[in-house]
Amino acid sequence: SILGGGVKAPRIKTKNLISIIFCEAVAIYGIIMAIIIGQGISAFDAEKDTDQIVRDSYDAGFRMFAAGVTVGVSNVACGITVGIVGSGAALADAQNSTLFVKILILEIFASVIGLFGLIVGILQIVGVKMGTK
Amino acid sequence: MMNYMPEMTFNVDHGYLEGLLRGFKSGILRQNDYLNLVQCETLEDLKLHLQSTDYGNFLANEPSPLTVSVIDDKLKEKLVVEFQHLRNQCVEPLSTFLDYITYSYMIDNIILLITGILHQRPINELIPKCHPLGSFEQMEAIHIASTPAELYNAVLVDTPIAPYFLDCISEQDLDEMNIEIIRNTLYKAYLEDFHSFCRELGGATAEAMCEALAFEADRRAFIITINSFGTELTKEDRAKLYPRCGDLYPYGLQLLAKADDYDQVRQVADIYGHYKELFEGSGTGPGEKTLEDKFFEQEVNFMKNSFMQQFQFGVFYAYVKLKEQENRNIIWIAECVAQRHRAKIDSYIPIF
Repeated sequence: SILGGGVKAPRIKTKNLISIIFCEAVAIYGIIMAIIIGQGISAFDAEKDTDQIVRDSYDAGFRMFAAGVTVGVSNVACGITVGIVGSGAALADAQNSTLFVKILILEIFASVIGLFGLIVGILQIVGVKMGTK
Repeated sequence: MMNYMPEMTFNVDHGYLEGLLRGFKSGILRQNDYLNLVQCETLEDLKLHLQSTDYGNFLANEPSPLTVSVIDDKLKEKLVVEFQHLRNQCVEPLSTFLDYITYSYMIDNIILLITGILHQRPINELIPKCHPLGSFEQMEAIHIASTPAELYNAVLVDTPIAPYFLDCISEQDLDEMNIEIIRNTLYKAYLEDFHSFCRELGGATAEAMCEALAFEADRRAFIITINSFGTELTKEDRAKLYPRCGDLYPYGLQLLAKADDYDQVRQVADIYGHYKELFEGSGTGPGEKTLEDKFFEQEVNFMKNSFMQQFQFGVFYAYVKLKEQENRNIIWIAECVAQRHRAKIDSYIPIF
């Protein structure tokens, strides 16, 4: 949409790249989650360790998986939403430049969906203990 | 899932073209521009005013005595260039959609050529008169046929409109039927085909397009009825020409087929709320708008509404129709200016 709208209204080119940057922000949420999950992983031995530790490790494993899936799915939804709203913003900006900021506010709300996903993921994963460390 | 949320995938194939088209749309002349044009005294003034709009220097290279037909040709050329650009860049299903838009021009061109042949006009005279959006490859070859039946077998059967001929006309009919009846039968087949194509596309495209096409179908039914009063067209023949994809189908069409004069047509329109308003207040007096003008206005409204939705093909159809209306407006104003007959110069249809 930015390409198409930019043919007749070249002024929209740089401002509308903000929409694309919003999409990149959700990718960063994914990286944050990956780092947090990575920190929690450590080795355990199902036979030699005590029952408590084995149970905790399995619990941690499931929690990490759930957190990863939560963040992943909410990022996909958020990215799609930001893309659709951003396309509308680019076309509206091409017609009338006062509309851009107003639609950008909507886009911020859309981007917050990804942030909520990250928060839920962190809540799921806080306090996990895997292995003997 | 892709069918339920077409917004997700539309931009992949068609986003650039939609953005480009909306840019074109913002170049359509506004009320201020029309007010400027109406105040022109000569065609040179008109050309000057058009230079400051999106049209730019499109008349720059024309030789000095500007005529209305030159302006008309150049306007059409501009629309054709934009349309061809869109058509060259698009993929399915948009390319089929744009092809459907050109079929109506093709039908007009074919009828023009057939009429010309029947009156023994040389082919070179006729080709420039055809609308460029409706040109097809076999146009040059039309002169080899001397009767419409030969024409069909040799040339038309390869065009994309051939199925419309099959649906409704047989070879003998082509020779006997009045040319206008052929045109209306073809157009009916085309409208119904386009309507079912849009309905299959579904989603927002179907919403925007089916409404506009239904209105077009009903409008044609009304116009055919009104024009056929006083001619030799029998009622059964008339009923065969009504397109069936509009709101009037089936009961309104039956009533229209039985109508004998303008008042009965009006009664049929009164049954349907939105057509009642169009018929009220229309007439041929000096201050009133004619029925045709009101139909044009309503069409412009539908087309403007289709721009309210994103991620659908209706905007392409709407742009072509609005550009046509704009061309008609400019030519009307140009004619009034050229003939210095300014009484009705204000009866153009404002778009934005």
